[in-house]
Amino acid sequence: MPITTTKSAFWAGVRDGAPFIFVAGPFALLFGVLATEAGLNVFEVMTFSLVVIAGAAQFTALQVMENDAPTVIVILSALAVNLRVAMYSAALTPYLGRAPLWQRVFAAYLLVDQSYALSHAKFDAEPELSVPQRMAYYFGSCLLVMIVWFGMSYLGAAVGTQLPQDLPLDFALPIAFLSMVAPMVRTLPHLVAAVVAVIVGLLAVPVPYSLGLIIAGAAGMMAGAQAEVMLKGRGA
Amino acid sequence: MIDSATLWTVIIGLGVGSFLLRFTFLGFVGDRPLPEWLLRHLRYTAVAILPALVAPLVVYSGENGSTDITRVVAALATLGVGMWTRNVFAAIGAGAVTLIVLVYVL
Repeated sequence: MPITTTKSAFWAGVRDGAPFIFVAGPFALLFGVLATEAGLNVFEVMTFSLVVIAGAAQFTALQVMENDAPTVIVILSALAVNLRVAMYSAALTPYLGRAPLWQRVFAAYLLVDQSYALSHAKFDAEPELSVPQRMAYYFGSCLLVMIVWFGMSYLGAAVGTQLPQDLPLDFALPIAFLSMVAPMVRTLPHLVAAVVAVIVGLLAVPVPYSLGLIIAGAAGMMAGAQAEVMLKGRGA
Repeated sequence: MIDSATLWTVIIGLGVGSFLLRFTFLGFVGDRPLPEWLLRHLRYTAVAILPALVAPLVVYSGENGSTDITRVVAALATLGVGMWTRNVFAAIGAGAVTLIVLVYVL
């Protein structure tokens, strides 16, 4: 169904965002459980999830804090994991940059993997959408995911350690990330970017303070961009 | 055990830092056009960063940094089904079922 009004754009976003509750839900639940096991109370877990809204960064912070690292290293490591949202912000700017400032403030607060991935794909596929329609779609795509994010964080904190111990919850994060990225690998440059990022990411594991991730991500992006230029050159 | 002062410093620091990361371009750059070379690199953000984040978690998934074969197989199942079907949920289902079956069977 084509988007004709701001309202229909919002509901299209809600619909497209709905499946991602199954991605955000387990993450939030897992964070609630792991944070409770690390000694955080329900209020601390909820504030953490509400203020930061970044699964991978929150897990990183928790992990590094438990290793008794200096506070500044904890923050820097988690921000390094979260650096990709700055890139998402840049990627969405051509589509949303002309919206009013207050909308951009809220959009920035809600910028996560899911809202970026959905909206960027939508705006790219339908360039005729107006800026208010794009914003409506964006906020729509966040709605259910955020409700589930906070709700499941609470549930995780509340049920805490009562879950069966042999449930392999630790691997929920890699599976969710892989399932998100696999459908995005559509062209040869995408594949090149992913493969280079994996190789550099594995080699850079000993690099301190999670900086390996930034190095590997940058290497992958450069490899993808370079592959795109080379393929275009051959086609011309 | 994590002490309370450290925890709250981390929560606030990470909250402010994350917001600034998210707001930088969207807020400060606004509608100024971004250069083509930058956009070309940004196209590969997700397909580079996410695999870089996941690869060590998969390869060093066992105890003390060893490789846990059940988790590697589950990761490959997720990736394979995801690339084949282009469907996030088919991929998650394949990964979760593979992992749970292998963990309980082996």
